[in-house]
Amino acid sequence: MCPQTVGLVQGALEQAGITTTGATCVAEVSQTVGVPRALDVPWPLGFIMGEPNNAELQRAVLVQALALTDRDDIPVLERFEFSEEG
Amino acid sequence: MGLKLKLFMRSYPWRRLGEIAPARRVKELAGCRVALVSSAGLVAPGQDPYDFKIKGGDWSWRSIPGDIDVQSLTEHHRSDSWDHHGIEADRNMGMPLDRLHELAAAGVIGEVAPQHISVMGSITAPGRFIRKTVPEIVEALTADEVDIALMVPV
Repeated sequence: MCPQTVGLVQGALEQAGITTTGATCVAEVSQTVGVPRALDVPWPLGFIMGEPNNAELQRAVLVQALALTDRDDIPVLERFEFSEEG
Repeated sequence: MGLKLKLFMRSYPWRRLGEIAPARRVKELAGCRVALVSSAGLVAPGQDPYDFKIKGGDWSWRSIPGDIDVQSLTEHHRSDSWDHHGIEADRNMGMPLDRLHELAAAGVIGEVAPQHISVMGSITAPGRFIRKTVPEIVEALTADEVDIALMVPV
Protein backbone atom coordinates (compact mmCIF):
# COMPACT_ATOMS: atom_id res chain seq x y z
CA MET A 1 0.00 0.00 0.00
CA CYS A 2 2.85 2.28 0.79
CA PRO A 3 3.99 2.91 -2.77
CA GLN A 4 0.40 3.88 -3.56
CA THR A 5 0.03 6.14 -0.50
CA VAL A 6 3.30 7.89 -1.26
CA GLY A 7 2.52 7.95 -4.98
CA LEU A 8 -0.74 9.82 -4.33
CA VAL A 9 1.18 12.49 -2.37
CA GLN A 10 3.82 12.59 -5.08
CA GLY A 11 1.29 13.30 -7.85
CA ALA A 12 -0.37 16.11 -5.91
CA LEU A 13 2.98 17.73 -5.09
CA GLU A 14 4.00 17.66 -8.75
CA GLN A 15 0.74 19.34 -9.69
CA ALA A 16 1.47 22.03 -7.12
CA GLY A 17 4.87 22.62 -8.73
CA ILE A 18 7.07 20.75 -6.25
CA THR A 19 9.57 18.41 -7.91
CA THR A 20 9.43 14.91 -6.47
CA THR A 21 11.68 11.90 -6.56
CA GLY A 22 12.15 8.86 -4.38
CA ALA A 23 13.06 5.24 -3.99
CA THR A 24 10.99 2.11 -4.45
CA CYS A 25 11.27 -1.55 -3.42
CA VAL A 26 8.39 -2.52 -5.71
CA ALA A 27 9.16 -0.99 -9.09
CA GLU A 28 6.16 -2.57 -10.81
CA VAL A 29 3.75 -0.91 -8.34
CA SER A 30 5.45 2.49 -8.75
CA GLN A 31 5.16 2.04 -12.50
CA THR A 32 1.48 1.10 -12.27
CA VAL A 33 0.70 4.05 -9.98
CA GLY A 34 2.62 6.23 -12.45
CA VAL A 35 5.10 8.16 -10.30
CA PRO A 36 7.29 10.53 -12.34
CA ARG A 37 10.69 9.60 -10.88
CA ALA A 38 11.74 6.57 -8.85
CA LEU A 39 14.96 4.80 -7.96
CA ASP A 40 14.50 1.02 -8.02
CA VAL A 41 16.43 -0.38 -5.06
CA PRO A 42 17.32 -4.09 -4.73
CA TRP A 43 16.18 -4.61 -1.13
CA PRO A 44 12.98 -5.99 0.41
CA LEU A 45 10.14 -3.87 1.85
CA GLY A 46 11.32 -2.26 5.08
CA PHE A 47 14.89 -1.90 3.78
CA ILE A 48 14.40 0.83 1.20
CA MET A 49 17.51 2.68 2.44
CA GLY A 50 19.68 -0.44 2.25
CA GLU A 51 21.16 -1.25 5.63
CA PRO A 52 20.70 0.13 9.15
CA ASN A 53 23.59 2.37 10.24
CA ASN A 54 25.30 2.18 6.84
CA ALA A 55 25.55 5.92 6.21
CA GLU A 56 27.54 5.57 2.97
CA LEU A 57 24.98 3.25 1.38
CA GLN A 58 22.03 5.34 2.62
CA ARG A 59 23.61 8.54 1.26
CA ALA A 60 24.17 6.85 -2.11
CA VAL A 61 20.43 6.04 -2.30
CA LEU A 62 19.51 9.68 -1.63
CA VAL A 63 22.12 11.04 -4.05
CA GLN A 64 20.94 8.77 -6.88
CA ALA A 65 17.26 9.52 -6.18
CA LEU A 66 18.01 13.26 -6.19
CA ALA A 67 19.97 12.91 -9.45
CA LEU A 68 16.76 11.77 -11.17
CA THR A 69 15.49 15.36 -10.88
CA ASP A 70 18.02 16.25 -13.63
CA ARG A 71 16.22 14.08 -16.12
CA ASP A 72 13.71 15.23 -18.72
CA ASP A 73 12.60 11.77 -19.92
CA ILE A 74 9.72 11.35 -17.46
CA PRO A 75 8.61 8.83 -16.18
CA VAL A 76 12.07 7.81 -14.98
CA LEU A 77 12.61 4.46 -13.29
CA GLU A 78 16.28 3.76 -12.76
CA ARG A 79 18.08 0.94 -10.95
CA PHE A 80 20.23 1.76 -7.95
CA GLU A 81 23.91 1.00 -8.50
CA PHE A 82 26.38 1.09 -5.66
CA SER A 83 30.05 1.74 -6.23
CA GLU A 84 32.81 2.90 -3.86
CA GLU A 85 32.33 6.41 -5.21
CA GLY A 86 28.64 6.18 -4.25
CA MET B 1 7.91 -11.14 -0.42
CA GLY B 2 5.43 -13.94 0.36
CA LEU B 3 3.13 -15.45 -2.26
CA LYS B 4 0.03 -13.97 -0.63
CA LEU B 5 1.50 -10.46 -0.76
CA LYS B 6 2.69 -10.99 -4.34
CA LEU B 7 -0.80 -12.04 -5.45
CA PHE B 8 -2.30 -9.05 -3.62
CA MET B 9 0.18 -6.69 -5.29
CA ARG B 10 -0.83 -8.08 -8.70
CA SER B 11 -4.58 -8.01 -8.19
CA TYR B 12 -5.17 -4.85 -6.11
CA PRO B 13 -6.78 -2.01 -8.13
CA TRP B 14 -3.94 0.50 -7.65
CA ARG B 15 -4.88 4.17 -7.94
CA ARG B 16 -3.14 5.69 -10.94
CA LEU B 17 -1.90 9.26 -11.05
CA GLY B 18 -3.07 9.70 -14.63
CA GLU B 19 -1.69 12.49 -16.76
CA ILE B 20 0.14 14.86 -14.49
CA ALA B 21 2.35 17.63 -15.73
CA PRO B 22 5.70 16.92 -14.07
CA ALA B 23 7.23 19.72 -12.01
CA ARG B 24 10.71 20.14 -13.41
CA ARG B 25 13.50 21.34 -11.21
CA VAL B 26 14.49 24.87 -12.09
CA LYS B 27 17.19 25.56 -9.49
CA GLU B 28 20.56 23.87 -9.19
CA LEU B 29 20.32 20.90 -6.84
CA ALA B 30 22.88 22.58 -4.57
CA GLY B 31 20.40 25.43 -4.07
CA CYS B 32 17.32 23.28 -3.39
CA ARG B 33 15.40 22.93 -0.13
CA VAL B 34 14.53 19.25 0.32
CA ALA B 35 11.79 17.59 2.42
CA LEU B 36 11.31 13.89 3.10
CA VAL B 37 7.94 12.12 2.81
CA SER B 38 7.93 8.81 4.68
CA SER B 39 5.18 6.20 4.94
CA ALA B 40 6.87 4.26 7.75
CA GLY B 41 4.38 5.45 10.38
CA LEU B 42 6.99 7.41 12.32
CA VAL B 43 5.85 9.67 15.17
CA ALA B 44 7.80 12.34 17.08
CA PRO B 45 7.85 12.40 20.90
CA GLY B 46 4.55 13.86 22.19
CA GLN B 47 2.60 13.17 18.98
CA ASP B 48 -0.30 10.71 18.85
CA PRO B 49 0.57 7.28 17.48
CA TYR B 50 -1.23 6.07 14.36
CA ASP B 51 -4.51 4.28 15.03
CA PHE B 52 -4.34 0.67 13.86
CA LYS B 53 -8.08 0.18 14.40
CA ILE B 54 -9.32 2.56 11.69
CA LYS B 55 -10.90 0.50 8.93
CA GLY B 56 -9.20 1.18 5.61
CA GLY B 57 -6.16 2.67 7.36
CA ASP B 58 -5.30 5.77 9.45
CA TRP B 59 -5.23 8.60 6.92
CA SER B 60 -3.72 11.22 9.25
CA TRP B 61 -0.22 12.67 8.97
CA ARG B 62 2.47 13.98 11.32
CA SER B 63 4.84 16.91 10.83
CA ILE B 64 8.38 15.89 11.78
CA PRO B 65 10.70 18.83 12.59
CA GLY B 66 13.86 18.92 10.48
CA ASP B 67 16.10 19.44 13.50
CA ILE B 68 14.77 16.50 15.54
CA ASP B 69 17.01 13.62 16.67
CA VAL B 70 15.79 11.07 14.12
CA GLN B 71 16.40 8.15 16.50
CA SER B 72 13.87 9.70 18.93
CA LEU B 73 11.05 8.91 16.47
CA THR B 74 8.91 5.85 17.21
CA GLU B 75 7.47 3.59 14.53
CA HIS B 76 3.73 2.85 14.47
CA HIS B 77 3.00 0.92 11.31
CA ARG B 78 0.35 -1.77 11.40
CA SER B 79 1.48 -3.81 8.40
CA ASP B 80 3.18 -7.16 8.91
CA SER B 81 3.94 -7.46 5.19
CA TRP B 82 7.36 -5.90 5.71
CA ASP B 83 10.26 -6.51 8.08
CA HIS B 84 10.34 -3.82 10.80
CA HIS B 85 13.80 -4.71 12.13
CA GLY B 86 15.70 -2.29 9.90
CA ILE B 87 13.76 0.77 11.10
CA GLU B 88 13.89 -0.47 14.70
CA ALA B 89 17.70 -0.53 14.42
CA ASP B 90 18.01 2.84 12.65
CA ARG B 91 15.15 5.30 11.99
CA ASN B 92 17.06 6.61 8.97
CA MET B 93 15.79 3.45 7.26
CA GLY B 94 12.33 5.06 7.22
CA MET B 95 13.15 8.76 7.34
CA PRO B 96 16.83 9.40 6.43
CA LEU B 97 17.09 12.79 8.14
CA ASP B 98 20.71 12.30 9.27
CA ARG B 99 21.70 11.54 5.68
CA LEU B 100 19.85 14.61 4.39
CA HIS B 101 21.69 16.83 6.89
CA GLU B 102 24.99 15.30 5.71
CA LEU B 103 24.14 16.06 2.08
CA ALA B 104 23.30 19.66 3.00
CA ALA B 105 26.58 20.01 4.93
CA ALA B 106 28.47 18.61 1.92
CA GLY B 107 26.75 21.10 -0.40
CA VAL B 108 24.99 18.42 -2.49
CA ILE B 109 21.62 20.01 -1.65
CA GLY B 110 20.92 23.56 -0.51
CA GLU B 111 19.17 22.89 2.78
CA VAL B 112 17.05 20.54 4.84
CA ALA B 113 13.41 21.69 4.98
CA PRO B 114 12.04 22.83 8.38
CA GLN B 115 9.44 20.01 8.46
CA HIS B 116 9.12 16.54 6.96
CA ILE B 117 6.04 14.42 6.38
CA SER B 118 5.14 11.15 8.06
CA VAL B 119 2.17 8.99 7.10
CA MET B 120 1.33 5.37 7.80
CA GLY B 121 1.26 3.78 4.39
CA SER B 122 -1.08 0.92 5.14
CA ILE B 123 -4.11 2.66 3.63
CA THR B 124 -6.32 0.25 1.69
CA ALA B 125 -9.19 2.75 1.33
CA PRO B 126 -7.45 5.99 0.32
CA GLY B 127 -10.55 8.21 -0.14
CA ARG B 128 -10.16 10.29 3.04
CA PHE B 129 -6.40 10.37 2.58
CA ILE B 130 -6.85 11.85 -0.91
CA ARG B 131 -9.54 14.37 0.11
CA LYS B 132 -8.10 15.56 3.42
CA THR B 133 -4.48 14.60 4.02
CA VAL B 134 -2.94 15.07 0.58
CA PRO B 135 -4.07 18.73 0.25
CA GLU B 136 -2.75 19.46 3.78
CA ILE B 137 0.65 17.99 2.93
CA VAL B 138 0.80 19.98 -0.31
CA GLU B 139 -0.10 23.16 1.59
CA ALA B 140 2.55 22.52 4.27
CA LEU B 141 5.39 21.91 1.81
CA THR B 142 4.31 24.80 -0.43
CA ALA B 143 4.29 27.17 2.58
CA ASP B 144 7.80 25.97 3.44
CA GLU B 145 8.92 26.73 -0.15
CA VAL B 146 10.21 23.20 -0.63
CA ASP B 147 11.89 22.64 -4.00
CA ILE B 148 12.18 18.84 -3.90
CA ALA B 149 10.13 16.28 -1.97
CA LEU B 150 11.96 12.97 -1.60
CA MET B 151 9.63 10.03 -1.14
CA VAL B 152 10.59 7.16 1.15
CA PRO B 153 7.85 4.54 0.91
CA VAL B 154 8.13 1.51 3.15
